[in-house]
Amino acid sequence: MHETTVAQSLMEILSAEAAKQNAAPVSAKISCGTLNAVNDEILRFAFEALAKDTLCEGVELCIEHKPIRARCRSCSQDFDVEFSRPACSKCGGEDFDLLPDAPLVLEQIEFQSDDNDGQS
Amino acid sequence: MDKVDVGKKILSENEKYAFENIIFLAEQKKLCLNMISSPGSGKTTILARTINGLRGKIRIGVIEGDIQTDIDAERIRATEAPVLQINTEGACHLSATQISEALKKLPVADLDLIFIENVGNLVCPSAFDLGESAKVVVLSVAEGDDKPAKYPAIFAKSKVLLVNKIDLLAGGHVDFDLERAKADARRLNKAIEIFPISAKTGEGMDLWCDWLLGSVQKGIAQQ
Ligand SMILES: Nc1nc2c(ncn2[C@@H]2O[C@H](COP(=O)(O)OP(=O)(O)O)[C@@H](O)[C@H]2O)c(=O)[nH]1
Ligand SMILES: [Mg+2]
Ligand SMILES: [Zn+2]
Repeated sequence: MHETTVAQSLMEILSAEAAKQNAAPVSAKISCGTLNAVNDEILRFAFEALAKDTLCEGVELCIEHKPIRARCRSCSQDFDVEFSRPACSKCGGEDFDLLPDAPLVLEQIEFQSDDNDGQS
Repeated sequence: MDKVDVGKKILSENEKYAFENIIFLAEQKKLCLNMISSPGSGKTTILARTINGLRGKIRIGVIEGDIQTDIDAERIRATEAPVLQINTEGACHLSATQISEALKKLPVADLDLIFIENVGNLVCPSAFDLGESAKVVVLSVAEGDDKPAKYPAIFAKSKVLLVNKIDLLAGGHVDFDLERAKADARRLNKAIEIFPISAKTGEGMDLWCDWLLGSVQKGIAQQ
């Protein structure tokens, strides 16, 4: 369950950013690749457990999975890899090299505004 | 509400140490292989047999990762190879930080090749680069030939696949279609080297050891 490690680092970055902004985080947008094995449910579960009774409690995680891409060895086309039947989108060739998988990135944080707009 | 763009890598701490390890291993001109598999596929048995098979040819050291206990380190110690145990205390993977510490304690200067036996788990360790030269994934035939299709990430990231326990195929004790496993492993990774072996009988171990010997020599020749 390496999602615990991911959740831990995420909490640390969120807390540091919250201190900088002097505001409470409401949601966090995360992107990840295909091969870094992040399971959304487990990550949310681990994050909730760690965030309880902290500034990060209740922060909603939006997780975007980016497809892994490959480069065709025959025609040099870059394409999204379809796991069930990986083949070049242009020539259909099955001889390709995987391109680096997208890393796990905390893209954006949404904070509660100071000047409360009456929503809460 | 205010949106703030952050764009920070979440595992940057691990990445930082992995990069340090890469630099350290390059400076020391050492090959380092990160062995990943499910529990019980035969990593420790393979390592012991590999060390004995290459005795006098290359000097091997081992970093053993386990959740608890030093049972595996004891088994490696019996071969007289230098070994260092890391207990992850519950964590399902080794981190680059732990490897950085371990590399300081191993007699690296006296070694040609360092093996890391990762925590038994086919999923999580694949997400943490340790700064290794390459990953070696082990699949034993008792686990089923569908595993490369079901766990593509680790097969996509590995340089070598060891298909272990092939002695079990002869007696018809398990149904395992070697060609299917090979084809699925190669689907995302054309360059993966595949060695069917038995760490019990020694079958196929010579080809694997030759590959290791070649890689160590090539590594040295390159520098
Ligand atoms: N039949 C057979 N058993 C093996 C082979 N390699 C390992 N084993 C057995 O599989 C079990 C697990 O091996 P171990 O090396 O501890 O696996 P690890 O958890 O991946 O380190 C042990 O009982 C070994 O004796 C093999 O090639 N053939
Ligand atoms: Mg073991
Ligand atoms: Zn093509």
